[in-house]
Amino acid sequence: MGLLSKKDAALITDPFADNNPITIQVLGICSALAITAELKASIVMAVSVLFVLGIGNVVISLMRNIIPSKIRIIVQLIVVATLVIIVDLVLKAFQYELSKTLGAFIGLIITNCIIMGRFEAFALANGPWKSFLDGIGNAVGYGVILIIVGFFRELLGSGTLLGFKVLGDPIEKTGLYSIGYENNGFMLLAPMALIVVGIIIWIQRSRNEALIEDN
Amino acid sequence: MSKNTDSNLYTILFATGMVIIVGAILAFFASSLKPTIDENKRIEKQQNILYAMGVNENDETSAVFVSKGKVAAEFSKYIKKQLVIEGTKVSEDANAYLIDIKKEQTAAKEGKQRKLPLFIGEKDGKTFYIAPIRGKGLWDAVWAYVAMDANMVVQGAYFDHKGETAGLGANIKQRYFMDDFIGEHLLKDGDFKGISISKSNNDPKNIEKTDNEVDAIAGATITGDGVSAMIKSELKKYVSYFNTLKTN
Repeated sequence: MGLLSKKDAALITDPFADNNPITIQVLGICSALAITAELKASIVMAVSVLFVLGIGNVVISLMRNIIPSKIRIIVQLIVVATLVIIVDLVLKAFQYELSKTLGAFIGLIITNCIIMGRFEAFALANGPWKSFLDGIGNAVGYGVILIIVGFFRELLGSGTLLGFKVLGDPIEKTGLYSIGYENNGFMLLAPMALIVVGIIIWIQRSRNEALIEDN
Repeated sequence: MSKNTDSNLYTILFATGMVIIVGAILAFFASSLKPTIDENKRIEKQQNILYAMGVNENDETSAVFVSKGKVAAEFSKYIKKQLVIEGTKVSEDANAYLIDIKKEQTAAKEGKQRKLPLFIGEKDGKTFYIAPIRGKGLWDAVWAYVAMDANMVVQGAYFDHKGETAGLGANIKQRYFMDDFIGEHLLKDGDFKGISISKSNNDPKNIEKTDNEVDAIAGATITGDGVSAMIKSELKKYVSYFNTLKTN
């Protein structure tokens, strides 16, 4: 661990589990509902947020001493928006096919509350290197949940993973469908994402009772 | 430094400076990447048109366009004529594929004569009439390139969208949806009927080709309705042109 001190390493690993942005901080729920109907979209969103949050945290951290506190939220918003627009333009120019698949998601990153949340809670008070680690850690913690939810929703809702028919063909009645299995269309709708996230929170807290809040 | 950052003057200067810097960065990116992006869009239009008439590199389940490098040559090889239909007047225009359907729809609303592009392609001795159409989905625009024969029987279609829901409405650009249109009739007993996206046609394998219906995507009702409406209103505008084909 020459590169990372123990404290720095915790910045990356904490959001992954015990301080997970979605299941513990309850940030970024909106996008977790909206885009997890298929696994591919979840992965893409996770990677995009990783990029924007990593760089955004560094930029905000570098500016933290010169940002007037009265307009700091607006400044944060402008930084996210600028980064997102640049990502969008670069993808459109050099990875046109990919940018078509991502479509609206890129724009949606701006509204992701994890990003503003980390700017406000961490980058404004810490140096660039720590902020970078915090950004990466939170983005990974967010991405993992997104991918888990996307995995179950696509598998149980459409019977596919990344578009491949892993359970057989529902119309030709092959594979699992030949013994009467049916896709659960409800998995594709937003409420089921919330229920899947709820189940993850349940499992996580029953394994680590320290996470349960006192009432 | 920190005590100054709360003053009004500092705040205003900071905001002004930030706007100028961010504006400059974005303007730089936008203007330096614009030619590449426009070229990508132009190539995509050609790829879409060719896709609809069956010139593509599809494998078993996914939709694959002819590659970027080949598209210009393939386009001039297969697309024999590009027509612009304005009312009863039909003219040829080698850049008809660049006509912006959205602008034309707005122009029509303002009472101007709308230009309808139509591309005539030939492949293996068959003639394809490819029409670009545009409509509304759930969140944003949906559009398509529909290849038909002279009797308005669909020979191929490419659907696309701006921002339909991933996993639901966005599946209109999946092969299993687009391929259902192949062979489907747009006319019913000689009159234009369109093709409806139906949730209740009891024909999930789409064997019945003359019912003017294809099977809907579960969870994408509004997108499907948008596609039905788009086909009905936009392709109808081409009927008078197809009628002239019969009399000749």
